[in-house]
Amino acid sequence: MTVADDAAAPAMAADQGKSLFKRNLENFAENRLALASAVLVLIFVLMAIFAPWIAPHDPNETDLFRRLQPPGWMPGGEWSYLLGCDGLGRDILSRIIYGSRISIFIGTAVILVATTIGIVAGLAAGYLRGWVDIAISRLVDILLGFPYLIFAIGLMAMMGPGLFNIILALAYKEWVIPCRVVRGETLAVRELEYVEAARAIGASRFHIMLREIMPNILSPVIVVSTIRMADVIILEASLSFLGLGVQPPTASWGSMVADGRAFILEAWWVSTFPGLAILLLVLVINVASQGLRDAFDPRFNE
Amino acid sequence: MTTMPATPLLQVQGLRTVFETRAGRVFAVDGVDVTVNPGECLGVVGESGSGKSVTFSSVMGLVRPPGRIDSGSIHFEGRDLRALSPQDMRKIRGRDIAMTMQDALTALNPALTVGEQILEVLYAHDETLPHGRMARRKAARAKAVEMLELVGIASAGDRLKYYPHEFSGGMRQRIMIAIALACRPKLLIADEPTTALDVTIQAQVLELIADIRVRLGMSVVLITHDLGVVSEYCDRVMVMYAGQVVEEGPTASVIQKPQHPYTRGLLQSIPRLSLRGQKIKPIEGQVPDLIDLPPQCRFYSRCSERLDACMNRIDMRELGDLRRARCIRLPEVKA
Amino acid sequence: MSETLNTPLITVENLVKHYGGRRGPISWATGKPPINIRALNGVSFEVRRGETLGLIGESGCGKSTLGRALLRLHEPTSGKVVFDGTEVTALKPDALKAMRRHMQIIFQDPYASLNPRRTVADIIGLPLMLHGLAANRREMRDKVAAIMDKVGLKTSHLDRYPHQFSGGQRQRIGIARALISNPQFIVCDEPVSALDVSIQAQIIELLTGLKRDMGLTYLFVSHDISVIGYLSDRVAVMYLGEIVEMGPVETVLSNPRHPYTQSLMSAVPDVDHPGKHQRVRLTGDLPSPQSPPPGCKFHTRCPLATDLCRVEAPPRHDLGDGHTASCHLINDNVSILR
Repeated sequence: MTVADDAAAPAMAADQGKSLFKRNLENFAENRLALASAVLVLIFVLMAIFAPWIAPHDPNETDLFRRLQPPGWMPGGEWSYLLGCDGLGRDILSRIIYGSRISIFIGTAVILVATTIGIVAGLAAGYLRGWVDIAISRLVDILLGFPYLIFAIGLMAMMGPGLFNIILALAYKEWVIPCRVVRGETLAVRELEYVEAARAIGASRFHIMLREIMPNILSPVIVVSTIRMADVIILEASLSFLGLGVQPPTASWGSMVADGRAFILEAWWVSTFPGLAILLLVLVINVASQGLRDAFDPRFNE
Repeated sequence: MTTMPATPLLQVQGLRTVFETRAGRVFAVDGVDVTVNPGECLGVVGESGSGKSVTFSSVMGLVRPPGRIDSGSIHFEGRDLRALSPQDMRKIRGRDIAMTMQDALTALNPALTVGEQILEVLYAHDETLPHGRMARRKAARAKAVEMLELVGIASAGDRLKYYPHEFSGGMRQRIMIAIALACRPKLLIADEPTTALDVTIQAQVLELIADIRVRLGMSVVLITHDLGVVSEYCDRVMVMYAGQVVEEGPTASVIQKPQHPYTRGLLQSIPRLSLRGQKIKPIEGQVPDLIDLPPQCRFYSRCSERLDACMNRIDMRELGDLRRARCIRLPEVKA
Repeated sequence: MSETLNTPLITVENLVKHYGGRRGPISWATGKPPINIRALNGVSFEVRRGETLGLIGESGCGKSTLGRALLRLHEPTSGKVVFDGTEVTALKPDALKAMRRHMQIIFQDPYASLNPRRTVADIIGLPLMLHGLAANRREMRDKVAAIMDKVGLKTSHLDRYPHQFSGGQRQRIGIARALISNPQFIVCDEPVSALDVSIQAQIIELLTGLKRDMGLTYLFVSHDISVIGYLSDRVAVMYLGEIVEMGPVETVLSNPRHPYTQSLMSAVPDVDHPGKHQRVRLTGDLPSPQSPPPGCKFHTRCPLATDLCRVEAPPRHDLGDGHTASCHLINDNVSILR
């Protein structure tokens, strides 16, 4: 067959061999603010992982002599207890470092569980249609009507405290968000000719959902899930603040803020620093994920 | 039938329109001359990347960043369009020169009724409308109905209230023509008016344009990739390739005796009933990448008649009989 | 392999495809009445071994639906399709999947027909993987490379992604994918309509060459009558879900007997002989496929319509030489072109 195309390389010479994913990553890297935020998120994650090595003190070690000790730069403070101590004399900095484990772990776990369920449900609803779609869509609509936090509180009250229960209580509704995104994207993609082509070749529905459709809907799902991570962290902090999260003595930023409420006037640092930690983590996650959305959203490409 | 009056309606010389992309500068239009005479129909033929649409977007002043007109002159009725202020250009656009786009569904505003869109144009340009609000609206509405009837849409009065998506593709195209013609422009630029349409609707739309051309004494530029359409409806034809004009002349003459290898290649590669049993000869290769093109014949890589001398800059050559072509192998090579 | 047998490879009997209409779960839940689109209204014809059968018609005539219904990509509502002796419409899912090796399809849109997240090797090799035609990855890649070469693609581009190719090259990828399982029959659904004119010619030559070399049979669907005229052996003209005229392509296109075909042909611009055709203008608009007219479906726009046409659907008249047309006035030797 000599009716060949030109001898030169095909149209996009500049993007040799790069998958769509890599090009999007490069787009992301060009957004300096998003990149910086992503780095900060990474720092938080590293902080959580290496907590035992980083934290200056044992987070649970109480010392009533240090009760409500001010931060290092204020009179009465010590530099080795940089951010001061709480009502039981525990080092706030160490507790913040350890607390990041809770926030990040729970945030990640909830998002992972929710996204997995959401993808499976969304693909099934979007591709199989019919009764499957009706059932799942109605379930999604019902759950969306539930007030998130109140129900989480109710579930926690029923199930009792514990890490596993918190994850469950937050994931019960969280999955509907990726599910809706996936369902919408699936509805669009299933009409495309490459899906029809796969059917024409004899691919099973399973193959089509998993190998043809899913790779093409992951981008928006990942973006939505990373944005939601920040919300989940705040929810976890709220639950902990109300005393329904992880139980003492485990340090959680939310419970730390709650602990400091009684002393808010004379020892403001007990509530403020964990509060700032929540603020900062949520902020950088939000900025990074917005940058992710801009980079991976096909509408912004080309 | 072509006559050569003294002042052409539209005169474009040396137009160069450039797009600054990440990968480099693309001269989508690179040294294009266009002449449109009053009352004639000029066909502009080209494929993707030929620059045929961008040329006329440039004439209309519709090129936005990252694109801009780099150099060249555009004269309409003797006026220099590039020297006009945006307000003055807006007066010309829609009133004296009107353009229709290929995809009527996206070119029409889906949120406005068809009537509102015609009225928009009339309010913007029509100075013959009376001044009082009610009288103005009434007069404009009457004109809108007239326009829809002109383009062959039945029950025009009722149809004014419909939205674009409630019409079929062919009717939308006709509505676009109605909007374009509302102010009786002197020049209609129809960009691929029939590409997405069925053949019978295509014939209806083209006949409509031809009919109106005669009635209003309008000039038409018909941008298309379909040489059959050009052959049936256009007085003159201009063939574009990779941002340049490669051949130009009266339609019958160009089609029967094409002088440029690209035009010849195109004509030979169109499948037709009459060619059954013979092989059509496709043009090998692809349109070159427009980024940083070297100054040589752009058709070089695909030309079966190329010479070493073709690797230099090739200019248009006059061939007599109003014919021009951008090839150095003329007039030795005849069809 | 030259097939001079000209026996039917595919026989289609009364194929019907309606969309909607059933009171399924969606319409029950939403309470909206079902929309019934009659895309195919009892189509019968055969496709002979080794031929290219062209299918022409305008928007809404059902030609794309026909191609897909033949392959059971859209399940026919009723009717029978027999492929090489096997009744395709009666096959169970497993048997149908095995059948798919032999009947393939090439799509119109070179951009939407390839999964942007898979490499060319994966895309073209999918049939091999699904039908177990390659023992391992190595063999798959070899076969993919071979077919890429056959369609004019560089084998070094095996691991590239669709967005790195031009429209014409992507169409070649789609063709390679359809050919790799060595099918007997291919539905070509407007394979060149979305391509530039000069690339169209390349792909048309490619398709005709492949047909010769591999002994294929094509159903070539297109709205471009010139293309059909060039490469089909026989042609079927469709209108509102029915075949109104069919026969050897030269006969049908040069000497159409059905008024619709006549009006269609009069609208086709001729590059070499402009102004040759006397234009036939049809009256009225195309009826909606949801409520097709009674009697002859074309009567609402036919200038020759009689009372009989409004009431009774015309039978298929045999005009000799395999040329058939469905019109009441066929023997009266009237023509829409006065």
